[in-house]
Amino acid sequence: MTAESNGVVLSTSGIHKRFNALVVLDAIDFSLRSHEAVGIVGPNGAGKTTLLSVLAGAHPPTSGTIHFRGADVTGLPASERCRLGIVRTHQIPQPFSGMTVFENVFVAATNGGQLHREAAHARAIEAISLCGMMRLANRRAETLGLLDRKRLELARALGANPSVLLLDEIGGGLTDGEASELVATIRQLHASGLAIVWIEHIVHILLQVAERLICMDAGRIIADGEPRAVMADNAVISAYLGGSVH
Amino acid sequence: MSRQSPIRVVRWSGLSIGSVAVAVALTILLAAGPLFLGANAIDKLTTLFIYVILAVTWNALAGYGGLVSIGQQAFFGLGAYGAVRLADAGVSVYPALVLAAVLVGLIAWPISVFMLRLKAGEFAIGMWVVAALAHLLVNLDNLVRGETGTSLIALNAYAAETRHALTYWTALGAMVGLIGILFALLRSPLGAAIQAIRDNEDAAASVGVRVMRTKQIIFVLAAFGVALAGALWLATTITFQPRTYFSVQWTAYMIFMVLVGGLGTFEGPILGAILFFAIEAWFGATGVWYLVGLGAAALLFALFLPKGLWGWVDQRLGLRLLPVGRWLKIDETAPMGTSKSTESGST
Repeated sequence: MTAESNGVVLSTSGIHKRFNALVVLDAIDFSLRSHEAVGIVGPNGAGKTTLLSVLAGAHPPTSGTIHFRGADVTGLPASERCRLGIVRTHQIPQPFSGMTVFENVFVAATNGGQLHREAAHARAIEAISLCGMMRLANRRAETLGLLDRKRLELARALGANPSVLLLDEIGGGLTDGEASELVATIRQLHASGLAIVWIEHIVHILLQVAERLICMDAGRIIADGEPRAVMADNAVISAYLGGSVH
Repeated sequence: MSRQSPIRVVRWSGLSIGSVAVAVALTILLAAGPLFLGANAIDKLTTLFIYVILAVTWNALAGYGGLVSIGQQAFFGLGAYGAVRLADAGVSVYPALVLAAVLVGLIAWPISVFMLRLKAGEFAIGMWVVAALAHLLVNLDNLVRGETGTSLIALNAYAAETRHALTYWTALGAMVGLIGILFALLRSPLGAAIQAIRDNEDAAASVGVRVMRTKQIIFVLAAFGVALAGALWLATTITFQPRTYFSVQWTAYMIFMVLVGGLGTFEGPILGAILFFAIEAWFGATGVWYLVGLGAAALLFALFLPKGLWGWVDQRLGLRLLPVGRWLKIDETAPMGTSKSTESGST
């Protein structure tokens, strides 16, 4: 059974991540099929963001391997994984604050997307337009509010031309109207063929996109499957909701 | 009406095309300088060109690359030392100035592998250590004779007037060449990547920027420019005393010029160098008080005009004479939807 034959694009096997004595990820086996949209939920400190960072190459795992399209990418730094198509957003937006919105996304298109000139311009404009930021294209990122910084995170990730998009709490702090806009955008991306891994606390937003849900607790995956079944799982209820369901 | 894409990427404006034209005209005028300027003016202008080189290279490193170094005197001294060595080995003296800078650039590459692993303050201080180390190593060379120093005696082969003109032209060429290289570099996609690293290194890596390699390019280019300035300074003063060349005052001057002119703006440091040159000409003879004045001015700028003179102008008037950025121009009247773009006005 090869990874390609069952459509798996990104997978981990036995991922451990320790920060000194603290075990943050404990034997994570995870796989993502191409065109799949997976949601990840779990209480604070479950290891969700760390898993995303390990997948994106921002942190090397303490042990275990990561495969992308059948190749071992465990040793590749974040920049190279991005160039392969694994692109993340950050929970706390990390804009290039001295540059304009357009320049932020342009950097992603020319580096991660490896595009040149007109193709890079077109890619950046498309990403900015998709995230509804055209009016802000010439604004320096440092002048943006939190919401627009979050939009910029997504636009910049899209500029890098991903095939796997890793989203870290991109919907936090949105109003209902803004959240449904975001859901529509991400559905559109998913429909265009992107595989998506989305960490989110606001479960009802997540369930509008995710075909599969993973619940993490204390560095482990405690449930993985059809979203409604996962949310009804007893282990999930006690871990994620602290057992205090009314 | 001609069919036009509704969204364009704009890089030039009428004003910036005009200012480049003025800069080219000024360069041609300056190139003819030795034909109509006196010896004193030629020497003064040579000094100014060297100051401009120091300012624009430190700004490229710190203002665009985010690499604040207080050890650039390492390359200033090595550039001068390299010229002394090459001339002693029989290389014709003016080519030796440029060749010395190239060699220092080559040496800067392995140095960058170690130094660029350091962050922020560690890098700044680390570079000072590199400068101190380079100073000590150069002092060991018998040719230099310790702090007694040596001279670029090969220059005596030229008559004074010829020598001054040749040094002037070399300095002018070096300044215009470096400004041109930096302008082209910062306007390129690589320049955008450099600024992204300055603003957020981890985020830059997350969108595919090869951080180390990109930083190395700006580090080596800055080292080359400062080394060229050091070699040119040697050509103006002839004597090489390690203590003078490896002095931290050179980096202090660079910081002053860039802070006053405008850190991270392309035009600012050139303005800062001209101001520094004028201040030195008027107050340089007042000794200690001159240095106190420089320090106080830098402090006031850091407190009240942190983006320097040009940063203030840019903020207030949006004046961009030599723009390195990219702006989207959206034609509101045209139908939206297609996102085709064309680059307008590129050279």
